[in-house]
Amino acid sequence: MVSSLADPGSMSGGDSSGKKEIIPEKALIMSGYGINSEMETQEALLRAGMRSDIVHINDLIAGATRLSEYRLLVFPGGFSYGDDTGAGNAFANRVRNNLWENVCEFLDGDNLVLGICNGFQILANLGIVPAFGRTPAREIALMPNRKGVLECRFVTLKPAAENLWTRGISHLYCPVSHGEGNFSCTDETLQKLKSKKMVAFTYCRDDLGAANGEFPYNPNGSLADIAGITSEDGKVLGMMPHPERAMEFVNLYDWPLRKEQLVRAGKPLPKESVNMQLFSNIVDYFRF
Amino acid sequence: MASHIHRIEVRYRDDPRQKTRTDRIRSLGIPVDAVHLVDVYTIATRARDFSQSELSEIGAQLVNPVVQEYTVDRATSAAFDLAIEVGFLPGVTDNVGTTARQTIEDYSGYRFGEGEAVFSSQLFLVCGALSPESVERLSATLANPLVNRVHVKTREEYGERGMDPVAPFVSLHELPTAETVDLDLDDSELARLGKEGIRDPLTGERRGPLALDLPQLHAIRDYFRDRGRRPTDVELESLAQTWSEHCKHTIFASAMDDDVPDGLYRTCIQAATNAIRKKRGDRDICVTVFTDNSGAIVFDDTFLVTHKVETHNSPSALDPFGGALTGIVGVNRDTIGFGLGAKPCINVYGYCVGDPESEPALFRGKDRERPVLSPRRILDGVVHGVGVGGNCSGIPTPQGWCYFHDRYVGKPLVFAGTVGVMPRVHGDRKLYEKRARPGDLIVMVGGRVGKDGIHGATFSSEALDPASPVTAVQIGDPITQKKFSDVLVKEARDLGLYRSITDNGAGGLSCAVAEMAKESNGCHVFLDRVPLKYPGMAPWEIWISESQERMTLAVPEEHLDAFMDLMERRDVEATVIGRFTSSGRCVVECQGAVVMDVGLDFLHDGLPKKHLKTTPVIAKNPEPAVPCPDRLDSTLLAMLRRKNLCSKEFISTQYDHTVQGGHILGPVQGAGRAQGCATLTKVVPGSEKGVGLSQGLFPLYSEIDPYRMAIAAIDLAIRGLIAIGVPLDGIALLDNFCWCSSDDPERLWQLKRAAFGCYDGAIAFSTPFISGKDSMFNDFSGFDGENNPVKVSVLPTLLISSIGIHPDVKKAVSMDAKCAGDLIYVLGETKEELGGSEYFMHLGSLGNRVPALDLDRARERYGRLTKAIERGLVASAFPVSHGGLLTALAKVSIAGMIGMEIAVPVTIRPDYYLFSESLGRIVVTVSPGNRQEFEETLGTDAMLLGRVGGSSFRVTAGRPMVDLRVAEMEAAYKAPFGRF
Repeated sequence: MVSSLADPGSMSGGDSSGKKEIIPEKALIMSGYGINSEMETQEALLRAGMRSDIVHINDLIAGATRLSEYRLLVFPGGFSYGDDTGAGNAFANRVRNNLWENVCEFLDGDNLVLGICNGFQILANLGIVPAFGRTPAREIALMPNRKGVLECRFVTLKPAAENLWTRGISHLYCPVSHGEGNFSCTDETLQKLKSKKMVAFTYCRDDLGAANGEFPYNPNGSLADIAGITSEDGKVLGMMPHPERAMEFVNLYDWPLRKEQLVRAGKPLPKESVNMQLFSNIVDYFRF
Repeated sequence: MASHIHRIEVRYRDDPRQKTRTDRIRSLGIPVDAVHLVDVYTIATRARDFSQSELSEIGAQLVNPVVQEYTVDRATSAAFDLAIEVGFLPGVTDNVGTTARQTIEDYSGYRFGEGEAVFSSQLFLVCGALSPESVERLSATLANPLVNRVHVKTREEYGERGMDPVAPFVSLHELPTAETVDLDLDDSELARLGKEGIRDPLTGERRGPLALDLPQLHAIRDYFRDRGRRPTDVELESLAQTWSEHCKHTIFASAMDDDVPDGLYRTCIQAATNAIRKKRGDRDICVTVFTDNSGAIVFDDTFLVTHKVETHNSPSALDPFGGALTGIVGVNRDTIGFGLGAKPCINVYGYCVGDPESEPALFRGKDRERPVLSPRRILDGVVHGVGVGGNCSGIPTPQGWCYFHDRYVGKPLVFAGTVGVMPRVHGDRKLYEKRARPGDLIVMVGGRVGKDGIHGATFSSEALDPASPVTAVQIGDPITQKKFSDVLVKEARDLGLYRSITDNGAGGLSCAVAEMAKESNGCHVFLDRVPLKYPGMAPWEIWISESQERMTLAVPEEHLDAFMDLMERRDVEATVIGRFTSSGRCVVECQGAVVMDVGLDFLHDGLPKKHLKTTPVIAKNPEPAVPCPDRLDSTLLAMLRRKNLCSKEFISTQYDHTVQGGHILGPVQGAGRAQGCATLTKVVPGSEKGVGLSQGLFPLYSEIDPYRMAIAAIDLAIRGLIAIGVPLDGIALLDNFCWCSSDDPERLWQLKRAAFGCYDGAIAFSTPFISGKDSMFNDFSGFDGENNPVKVSVLPTLLISSIGIHPDVKKAVSMDAKCAGDLIYVLGETKEELGGSEYFMHLGSLGNRVPALDLDRARERYGRLTKAIERGLVASAFPVSHGGLLTALAKVSIAGMIGMEIAVPVTIRPDYYLFSESLGRIVVTVSPGNRQEFEETLGTDAMLLGRVGGSSFRVTAGRPMVDLRVAEMEAAYKAPFGRF
């Protein structure tokens, strides 16, 4: 899964290395029980202009921290409960059995929720996506990858809908790293997701052509190449790939080749990667 | 015991893994039509029963109803021929069961008590007419008799009722008190005590080896004789742990022959580091070497990085998955236990196993009893184990290797390492220093204590009793560890809540507490406060148990409440088990009685000294008598298909190597996804710097020339980092000796020569050793299929791992050829040095001429290349190693998916030139625009070989030797493990 010379996979986001102005709204990044991507997620948001607190779920349950003080709730990547009883399922149960009212209240406000990888699995098990008619219910599943093992590699994504999350994004190029990311739902649900423009990102080929289920472009066998969806009201995004793991040009799989090409063409090296646009979009939602 | 038992069975309506699983089992030669999987949760309670409607809601929480369905107390109905259920034996860590229990507790508000649990098992519903032999093989594929129970039913036996509910509780009837042991025995009885262990007063059976020899037992006997009493079993077991080869490294510490009076460790490893540090003065990069759980070097003005590589060989031979998993999470604790706690940020791995296509007939017992696992089973298991450990812990695992040789069929070697990062100071505290003070409380955090790992990997007779816990092997629980790792290194450390910390590894509490007790000069432990997995353990077992996922801390009284409160909020079990003292003694109490009272000086330094003798062994192998082939096309493809040279990408992609967001150069590189030699990872966000990791390993050379073997390993470990742009003065080394038969004077001579090589190599490159580990008896003794005794010893194996700080990751260089027209160079000289080479192995010979290295010239060359990389003159770089120049060029070409036109000089036989493993060489490609500056920088070290371009790989040596399409080479390179 590597870019050809004409490949857009690497970088086109432009260099915006100047520090962004920090907005007053804050994000809460959930942690605990094997969630593990909270620090890089915090870093990505900060670089985009949003401060955040990493909060252990037990501190939320105990009331030591209040969700209502935040505008963005992030369920980051990880291996909560070791993926036992189904990836994201046990953590979702912990949320549902202890925090459900707070989360529902949060969803009713003018707030955003982001779930990446394990976070998406948690959102799916909570039914916060797709949440047709704003009613949480389990309607999708992220099943074990077709290959039966964890798959870690860079993938190319393209937006499948225009919404606050995908604004200005031509494509993303970032890692997947999961054992259970194989998107599945009924035909009926799929039709609804498509007709309501809730498919946010799909896996695609390096030239942005459809992956059509073909490995490794579609790394896990996901139905309709779906990599991420939003809730019906658009305020929740769940996605399997990890834009926060490739914030910089030098994090990209093919950067050494791109660098040689840019240097020989007399062009400067970008600092940020295209993946930062997703985080900038989140911050812009609050900024404007 | 539980009186209410319920089974919940879960399955996918349409299982996405179905095809892969079935194909895999078929590929092992078992003719199944399909294998369906059902996950089973067995809920066993006694104080409260769950109603059917509650169970139904519990079931709903254990599935995703969109794709899964479940039954409660009703057999899954399906069409199949055979049902095989695989569960755990009593006492084996059951992570899935634990998670299910927590979910049920959370949902119901009911807390499971003693004798209550949730057990997970897997039910395989097999379609296909299998012979009894195939059924046995299938069971052996799905289960390991050391940790699993297996239940098989035909469709008829399964009927409507399905499988039987089984709740594998541990039940013990032991006398939980300490016994005294009589050491006033004649020497033969005493020796037996050391070999077979203490006789259990209840069963009359031996408890398993103490591994104490006669002089050691005499020293112990005399110590207690002077005190007018017999030792307790706790004291004896504790001394055996502390004095073990594993803990005291007696072979590396003992005087050897006449020329090594201070032992190999001091003379070769420590002395090299000391000399280098002294010479470097202000430019010394070492922070902590040898004394702590990991070694540490300076990262920048603010941060340091740690590194440690461990082995977990014996456990991995018995249970590859569990052994490798506990290996990697164990070495993670060497990071968490460094200083006041570093954050694990990179995992590394290395596996030496037999050829996975071979099926050696080796048995631990006579009459084909207890067969060794096949290399394929071992490889699959260890690959999976390290993957689960790193993946579940959120630690990237970019760097690693596999090495295959028949000498590893009896015992595999499993290397696992972890790099950590931490600020050098927090406020006015140096985080890399720690010291328990008298009065500090001894706190154990993490998992509970069971019989796991008592006496390591020996088979105790209890393992045969169906209700006894499994003791020989352990399965790790990475989530329990992740919970305390997070709270310790991300919260408690910077709050200053504890003064010292160490890992509970080998020897369990006995070693961890006694080691920390050196800091305060004493300890007093109350064993009955230690939380147990199940009741009925004897005091000595609690003290030396190697149950995983535990750390021991020294918490000052004034911070105890805050510490315990924080642990509780993070759902981490923490228990005060005693107090550090200044008594000079290690005192252990249990139920009001003192069961151990030994002076720390005797415990740590009472070990009798040894003087080892060696005998030289000079190899005189004939060189092969095969003439040079006319062409090398098919030879090159065959070389690329060799298991030691081909792609093992299937491992890289199932290991998360991107978590923590620091991926710069990963395990595979370029459009052709070839495997690099070194990786580069950012560990501090926002910093320009990165951590480079590489390694060197040439076990075949050991049997010919162990000195040169060590030089080769050091050189390659360094060269891998040089090639990505890490300068020599930022590199440190780690040594892992995995030797065999280390009581044999010839093996000891090889060891000595290798250690001398380590000294000379480290000094020449000025790269200090910062940490090391040895494992000296990697031998398998058993029987072949005809009851003939067989001994299989590993190749004397030295792994040198390197860690280096890259000053600016933007300038890093990957291995793939980049652009058509780029010039190809090789740096360094090629000689006829093929002894122990992959080419000679391909020819079926060993040879005798192992590569030698002009260390001074290599050092200069590496300095020049570093300069060229700093100036941006290098488009790609890759070290020449196993398989020689032609293999290296082919890999660079495959990585770039671009061809090459190469002409090599005819100084020696072309095949020897192209496959020689001469050290110190690097293949480099350079943009034509940089030619002059590059050649000026490198001087005579750079020899121009040709140009990058096209889709063919062509090589001439006076005559055409190779003309292959890159795609053909790629296919060969990726074929051997393509279906793994």
